[in-house]
Amino acid sequence: MEQDAQTAFWQSQEFWDGLIWFATMLGSSALIIVGLLLIIAFLLLMDRKVWAAVQLRRGPNVVGPFGLLQSFADLLKFALKEPIIPSGADKGVFLLAPVAASLFALAAWVAIPLDKSEAWGHWVISDLNVGILYLLAVSSLGVYGVIMGGWASNSKYPFMGALRSTAQMVSYEVSIGLVIITVLLCVGSLNMTAIVLAQSEGLGTFAGLPSSMLDWHWLPLFPMFVVFFISALAETNRPPFDLPEAESELVAGFMVEYSSTPYLLFMLGEYVAITTMCALTTILFLGGWLPPLDVAPLNWVPGIFWFIGKCVLVFFMFAMVKAMVPRYRYDQLMRLGWKVFLPLSLLMVVVVAAVLQFGGFA
Amino acid sequence: MDIAATFFYLFSVLAVASGAMVVVAKNPVHAVLFLILTFFNAAGLFILLGAEFLAMLLVIVYVGAVAVLFLFVVMMLDVDFAELRAGFIKNASVGAIVGAVVLVELAILFGFKGFEIGKAGKIAAAIPSQGSGLSNTEALGRLIYTDYVYFFQGAGLVLLVAMIGAIVLTLRHKEGVRRQSISAQVGRRPEETMEIIKVAPGATIIPSAEGQN
Repeated sequence: MEQDAQTAFWQSQEFWDGLIWFATMLGSSALIIVGLLLIIAFLLLMDRKVWAAVQLRRGPNVVGPFGLLQSFADLLKFALKEPIIPSGADKGVFLLAPVAASLFALAAWVAIPLDKSEAWGHWVISDLNVGILYLLAVSSLGVYGVIMGGWASNSKYPFMGALRSTAQMVSYEVSIGLVIITVLLCVGSLNMTAIVLAQSEGLGTFAGLPSSMLDWHWLPLFPMFVVFFISALAETNRPPFDLPEAESELVAGFMVEYSSTPYLLFMLGEYVAITTMCALTTILFLGGWLPPLDVAPLNWVPGIFWFIGKCVLVFFMFAMVKAMVPRYRYDQLMRLGWKVFLPLSLLMVVVVAAVLQFGGFA
Repeated sequence: MDIAATFFYLFSVLAVASGAMVVVAKNPVHAVLFLILTFFNAAGLFILLGAEFLAMLLVIVYVGAVAVLFLFVVMMLDVDFAELRAGFIKNASVGAIVGAVVLVELAILFGFKGFEIGKAGKIAAAIPSQGSGLSNTEALGRLIYTDYVYFFQGAGLVLLVAMIGAIVLTLRHKEGVRRQSISAQVGRRPEETMEIIKVAPGATIIPSAEGQN
């Protein structure tokens, strides 16, 4: 009897639908992770090349043509070296920290939509209706890798780095949250796909132009775009806000005691978080996968290429900031976060809400 | 077995187990990390209930900010763990009594009176029915800003008072501290702060009357 019920379940339509759904989910997740890691390998190289170019150096140029394989050589080296765990360290937390850092960073990509069009379909693993909140939540978890690693190392420099980083990341999340609220006021949805599609109409179409880059949020919300970009730098510990690992004061901050694969995982988590922030900037302000001008040759290009192109553009700006701006002092960083960005973004929430309400857009 | 049921048991077992580990863990930092795991599982349970907005808020507010400050405090405090553990048996009975009282109260509320009556029925209104086209966030927003707007604003005011109180408690005006004034620095002009003097060979410079120290 029980045997019968079981065979019936194996053969049922519901089971096969579930299995296909599961396989699709697994396949698309694997695809996005592999694609993301490949792109990050080259973004890392680009980061170093841009940095080198600004400083009139050549950058990595030995492994492969133009140094293209440098990241893979680094990966091999990290993976093959011996991981060293300090004798006074809390072993479990010490090893959990880098895993958590990279895991939380990668988890963000579940909710990021890459494309949606008639011709190419909807490219997203899970189109959450609270997608933007999910991303905010996951990006705020990035701090755990840092604080756990800093504490578990049982050493002074990592601990100092971890404490600094905690305060920094929690501070800048506040302004990021308020910036996201201004965008949400304009869109009226927490869904990331809806946020992008809302940018197909805007200032440009009000003026009678076809759908173009003038419709995207960066133009009407320009101050918020700037605040978001700077806060994203601080949130991901990028220079000029790389105080958690300020090498002139803290050697390498929370990463001092880490070597080989755990260190690799920290670096991976950091770069995935940076890429996530680039994608988030693209979605919130730069129109996601929408072409810069909705005319014939441009809108034939699949949206995913526009999306990646815009992400790379934002990453280029990240790299240029790293190359050009000197590191902030810690009190200046806190001042910028709490005394400049927080009041500014709070004011903008009120202003945007008032304009939408009384300007007849609501 | 139903997928939702599987995840319900997964989340609830993990939540209870990590909640127990919060109490049992020897190292307070481990205890806070287990607390964070408990928060995660509670967020998972919220999602299963269809309250995804609350789940995300739980992660953003509690895991992303409050628990970080917990960790901060626990790591900074120099707690004598052995001394803390010594009182465990003595205080266990008090804790058990408090736990039992809460359990009995909850049992009375949900077991005998049911969930549907009175205010509890209104809580269910935050979960929109299937096919109403409303998202959970929107339904919750409508409820908060219509039926409960005064309570909501009141809660906000209480938080504001607490925030101002914390600022007042830590605000100190020290005398004789030279603070950096960014606006003064940015607002400086070369003609106010610099003086170009042509010095003849062999002559000495006498500072101007304003005193350029």
